[in-house]
Amino acid sequence: MSHPSKASTNGKVLVEIRDLAKVYRRGGEAIRVFENVNLEIRQGEFLALMGPSGSGKSTLLNILAGLDTPTSGSVVVDGQEITRMNGKRLAAWRSNHIGFIFQFYNLLPVLTAAQNVELPLLLTSLSKKQRREHVMTALGIVGLTDRSEHFPGQLSGGQQQRVGIARAVVSDPTIILGDEPTGDLDAASGKEILDLLERLSTEFGKTILMVTHDAHAAERAQATMHMDKGVLSR
Amino acid sequence: MTLSGLVWANLRRNKKRTVLTMLSVVVAFFLFGTLRSVITTLDKASEVGSEGRLIVSSASGITFLLPQAHANRLQSVDGVKSVAWANWFGGYYQNPNDFFAQFAIKADTYLPMYPEIAITAGSVDEFMRERTGAIIGAGLIKKYGWQLGQKVTLKGTFMPGDWEFNIRAVYTPSDPAFGDEIMLFHYEYLYERTGGEITPGWFVLELNRPDRAGDIAAGIDAQFKNSVGPTKTQTERAWNAGFVTMWGNIGFLVGAIGTAVFFAILFVAANTMMMAVRERIGEIAVLKTLGFGNGTVFGLVLAESVLITVLGGFLGLLLARTAFLGRNALSAFFPGFGVTGGTIILGLVMALALGLVSGAVPAIQSARLSVVSALRRVA
Repeated sequence: MSHPSKASTNGKVLVEIRDLAKVYRRGGEAIRVFENVNLEIRQGEFLALMGPSGSGKSTLLNILAGLDTPTSGSVVVDGQEITRMNGKRLAAWRSNHIGFIFQFYNLLPVLTAAQNVELPLLLTSLSKKQRREHVMTALGIVGLTDRSEHFPGQLSGGQQQRVGIARAVVSDPTIILGDEPTGDLDAASGKEILDLLERLSTEFGKTILMVTHDAHAAERAQATMHMDKGVLSR
Repeated sequence: MTLSGLVWANLRRNKKRTVLTMLSVVVAFFLFGTLRSVITTLDKASEVGSEGRLIVSSASGITFLLPQAHANRLQSVDGVKSVAWANWFGGYYQNPNDFFAQFAIKADTYLPMYPEIAITAGSVDEFMRERTGAIIGAGLIKKYGWQLGQKVTLKGTFMPGDWEFNIRAVYTPSDPAFGDEIMLFHYEYLYERTGGEITPGWFVLELNRPDRAGDIAAGIDAQFKNSVGPTKTQTERAWNAGFVTMWGNIGFLVGAIGTAVFFAILFVAANTMMMAVRERIGEIAVLKTLGFGNGTVFGLVLAESVLITVLGGFLGLLLARTAFLGRNALSAFFPGFGVTGGTIILGLVMALALGLVSGAVPAIQSARLSVVSALRRVA
């Protein structure tokens, strides 16, 4: 994982979203989630995205992660227009550029913490030894090197989410996306996770977009955006 | 960890289910190996026997005897080198269900015709000197714990009474398909004990010109057509093949059972994989979020299925091979019975096909899985 030097490139526009629209069809009815969404995210920014349920924030996050496709508009990440990529290219792009943190951690219960963190690296050409080094570095950042051989069921919720964060950063992605990363945690564990995200931003210069319902969590970000009835405001 | 490590980890997720599914595959392929070997052994048996020896039996069927006088007339047929004859005895040793073959033979001409009968203990001379002497296959010696020189009493069935024999020689067949659980004794002993009622069951002819076997056989049958004992003459191989065709329906039945077992296991394996995939839709969505492509996910699921069936298949076939190695429970009925390398290779190919077919549907479903809807479902 790259170190603070990366933060020196702050200011460069990393993500450009232009005239984005998402319309679902249910039966004969068209349901507009949002339209004309425009957004720029600069490298190193730590942004929070708030809004009521069904406002379209998770859909926006999924499109940005290359997991969903927009009805129209474009998303350019680090110079690459992902909205023009096919499924195969998008999967490869995701493995290199996206670190995703889930609300419910989504660790594989049959794998140890280290093996869970190693998963994204299985798609790279790194040797076993190099993968091990990356994994231990990532677990070191989240303070869980001593739990590397524990299975998820042997870890607390907060610890599991820290493993989830280590998995999100292990391949040094371009952007980290969090879908309510503290939503399933108690206050103390939530605070630990927010401390960690803040540290990733300030100390490692990572670009982070975090969807949250929690105003206190959003306060930890550098800026907060709001999505309401498909309209994004910053 | 590697991608194959991920496959193993998923198989260990529900150990009980994986083990039970694998056990069902093991049993199925043990059955496949055994049933397939019945067919291959029957096929092989139809190729046993010489093309240079002719068998002359009654045209009315193998249960009908032929006149003794045929022997001299057969000896005078142009192209016939020597004539021997034999009878089916059909006795048993102690237990009526403990079956093995016993033939009464015209030993002085019969034994020289059969180089397959390689004497490994005792001697033909000792056997020839004693009217109640017997030559025993090494398999029977081992099976019953008999010894050379031992007196053995068989119970007759067609020819009632106790029949005593002295073991004077032991043979080991040069071709395993000949069988090593056969007992041979003197025709004269049978003839005399039955008061001359038992005449030859069939004649065996050794030919000077094996390439003329067809013409000679046709000539013999024509010669005896209007006699008291019309004949049916054929090569020994054709005669043996005729016995094998009696098992024809067994071969079909065995094939049908094997096919039914294969499809039953196909559904079991497919159901297991469907369940395994259904219960971890969320995890597959996570893998895709991390950048695992559709092809990789497809391969991971298919590899799980193939691993279960190929490993289970291999174990089942290995078990069958070990169970029927050398002398075994079925070799008394099917001489030379055993699981061949060809059967094992065919079994492994079928196990692979089983894995691919049973894993195809869940693998395709996993590859096509929409990450967004899957994550929404598990959230």
